[in-house]
Amino acid sequence: MDLSSQILQYVISGITNGAIYAVIALGFTIIYNSTEVINFAQGEFVMLGGMAVIALDGNGHLPLGFSFLLAVLAVTLVGIALERFTIRPAKSSNPIALIIITVGASIFLRGLAMMFWGKDSLGLRAFTGSSPIHFGGATLIPQSLWVLGVTVVVMAALQFFYKHTITGKAMRACAFNRRAAGLVGIGVNRMVMVSFALSAAIGAAAGIVIVPITLCGYDVGIMLGLKGFCAAVLGGLGSSPGSILGGFLLGVLEALGAGLISSGFKDAIAFFVLLLVLFLRPSGLLGSKEVKRF
Amino acid sequence: MIRFLKYTWFQVGSFGLLLALVPLVVTNRYYLNVMIFIGIHTLLVVGLNLLMGYAGQISLGHAAFFGLGAYTSGVLTATYKLSPWPAMVIAVVLTVAVALLVGVPALKLTGYYLAMATLGFGIIVYICFKELVWLTGGPSGLVGIPKLSIGTVVLDEPRTYYYLVWAITLGAIVLSLNIVDSRVGRALRAIHDSEPAARASGIYTARLKIWVFVVSAIYASVAGSLYAHFITFISPSSFDFMFSIKLVTMVVVGGMASIWGAVFGAATLTVLPEVLAVFHDFDIVIFGLILMVVMIFMPQGLTRGALDLWEKYRLQRDVAGGSLSGG
Amino acid sequence: MMVEEMNAPLLKADNLSKSFGGIHAVRQVSFEVPTGQIKGIIGPNGAGKTTLFNLITGFYAADAGAIYFNGRTLDGLVPHQVAERGVARTFQNVELFDRMTVLENVMVGRHPKSRAGFISAAFRLSHARREENNIINKATEILNFIGLSERAASPSTSLPFGLQRVLEIGRALATDPLLLLLDEPASGLNAGETRELGRLICRIRDSGITVVLVEHDMSLTMEVCDQILVMDYGRTLAEGSPRDIQQDPEVIAAYLGDEPLA
Repeated sequence: MDLSSQILQYVISGITNGAIYAVIALGFTIIYNSTEVINFAQGEFVMLGGMAVIALDGNGHLPLGFSFLLAVLAVTLVGIALERFTIRPAKSSNPIALIIITVGASIFLRGLAMMFWGKDSLGLRAFTGSSPIHFGGATLIPQSLWVLGVTVVVMAALQFFYKHTITGKAMRACAFNRRAAGLVGIGVNRMVMVSFALSAAIGAAAGIVIVPITLCGYDVGIMLGLKGFCAAVLGGLGSSPGSILGGFLLGVLEALGAGLISSGFKDAIAFFVLLLVLFLRPSGLLGSKEVKRF
Repeated sequence: MIRFLKYTWFQVGSFGLLLALVPLVVTNRYYLNVMIFIGIHTLLVVGLNLLMGYAGQISLGHAAFFGLGAYTSGVLTATYKLSPWPAMVIAVVLTVAVALLVGVPALKLTGYYLAMATLGFGIIVYICFKELVWLTGGPSGLVGIPKLSIGTVVLDEPRTYYYLVWAITLGAIVLSLNIVDSRVGRALRAIHDSEPAARASGIYTARLKIWVFVVSAIYASVAGSLYAHFITFISPSSFDFMFSIKLVTMVVVGGMASIWGAVFGAATLTVLPEVLAVFHDFDIVIFGLILMVVMIFMPQGLTRGALDLWEKYRLQRDVAGGSLSGG
Repeated sequence: MMVEEMNAPLLKADNLSKSFGGIHAVRQVSFEVPTGQIKGIIGPNGAGKTTLFNLITGFYAADAGAIYFNGRTLDGLVPHQVAERGVARTFQNVELFDRMTVLENVMVGRHPKSRAGFISAAFRLSHARREENNIINKATEILNFIGLSERAASPSTSLPFGLQRVLEIGRALATDPLLLLLDEPASGLNAGETRELGRLICRIRDSGITVVLVEHDMSLTMEVCDQILVMDYGRTLAEGSPRDIQQDPEVIAAYLGDEPLA
């Protein structure tokens, strides 16, 4: 392979991973906007989605689409439970306490996953075929198209939800000003719960589509979650378009860096980008909210 | 004020005496090893508490400084055959340099943004430990780190190392108690309570935040060196993101802005996984559950939370007792 | 000391301007505060009074214009440097250190007048101990002056609101200021507390400290101020003695409505 087709290959795999980061970043953004909580258990939603679909698919003879929906539903319930039993009863709004609560939840979920499914990484059959598609000297596996397709559907659905449904509009109001939203009769608590449900659902969807490419184990949640979080900061914490942009950008940067510089430091690239953004432009690429700097 | 000083010395003195007596009673190596870990963790947490509890600045990457101390000591002594004590000093110098490099831009940020920056820093350092195989031995770890010795006496027995670790930790506790109750300590607390008022009172908050970050990094570096020479084998997984979180949790569980709370938090969270080990694979489930429950219901930490619960219980008992005698 | 220096104003603002986005919070404001006086700055909400304080104390940098204090420019200084030069301030929404005692709050105010750092504090070096004793003495002296010595050991949050304002002034005094800026010190106080505060402000002036106060409360301003500056929409509307201001038709129209001041 010559250099240009090699780069094309990196960009393709970067976009595939980036799509997942974008969805996870969106999950952070949804919850951050409604609660100002950074949910460190976000990556566990992705892991649970992957593990659940593997379990459902392996168990019986369910159609894959059905397993997909069932897995998303199950993880959504986990998201709702997380909000109901940890965030809502929390007495403190101190960021440190909230960070530790969500980290505790993430450890808890990871532990449960390990008990249920063991410590091995598991795989899943590709949604449709596995013979690679060739173009421009690079190859593309069909599952990548599924990843991109599902990502686009998730984004479109979210966009529709925010712009055209009452609940979505109410959530935007909450994000803009919680107190004012409460005063005009929006049930802020319910909106917070919806945000956790949504965030869990899209996280699970991301986890499901990526399994056939990357496998899934009980411990994949931390890194995925943290990278999605880097993507959210890169794009601008609290900005949905920013999360999407940040996700894809991070995926591509990471793939190029891993391919051209060093694969060992692949994971460091995301965090290096995170530091650069925070030090040079803490509001991110598209963030508008003023960042507290002295 | 003199009385208060004596009071502090009394606390430190009795705690020191208690610690000195432990090895006379406890001879089991396993228990002594746990006590040594508690000492190392206490050193880390007391330093982190100066930054978090007093100055109110979050660090989610403190494991990195612990690791820098451990790896610098480890590499210099195991690979380059330097003697441990100078290596420890070099580790501190290196850690200070890194803390300044990261702290100067990072501490311009507040709240979540500072948390994220320190998190990112911590993970980058962790990945370096893992990937710089030629230097650190990579994921399989660095072996052959010598035991510490004082003069010609090699501290290869848990009991002697116990005394060394706790002597250093106790010293660090005394220094911290002094710092907290001083002009600098008040300035740190002032930053936490109201940064604008601190600045208007003439406190150069930006510089002070960097200094306290550096001081807490020094504590962590020394703890790292002590750790490396104790277990003589280090690998990156001891310095990962989860360990940073564990340190933050030790601070919070013990109660922020309390030096003795830090000791308590370090002890609790060091012993807890050992106790939970009997549950085998359940241990992390239970650990996660405990983190959540404590933070949900006692966000001020266990010490404060337990006191509050006791107050509540006493009140209720008194009310119950009163109605009984009345009826 | 030369005669010119004696007569030079302690604080001089020259054509100060500051805007946020499109809003001109302060527009070409100039004024002088002579040494030893109490100057009042009044104006409706949003007139730019607090912004003016934030400009003087280095919390904001001015877009244009200059501030001279004690004959030197304050341009480019950040808040702690301004405090070291001898300008102390209080805040509109009382900013005390909530987890400290009353005495400790005042002790923090001694920060610019003391030196001990991490090392000398950690090892309790003798000069740090001496300095700490001096800080305690000075803080105790100030608590006596503001009448809070009996509450020295109480948590600052246990004070009633009126005394919290007084404590904040005490903390500012601990920096040994030449100039004290009070941001709406009477807001939230009842009539009795306000009179008490007025007496305290006069005693502070009599001890040689120049005072500038931003205020809504007319009774306080008219009673204690030697000079008053009226601001409206970021601009200077009028300046003069309380009597002049009370009779200034423009002030009456813009700020006080049709009724003359009591």
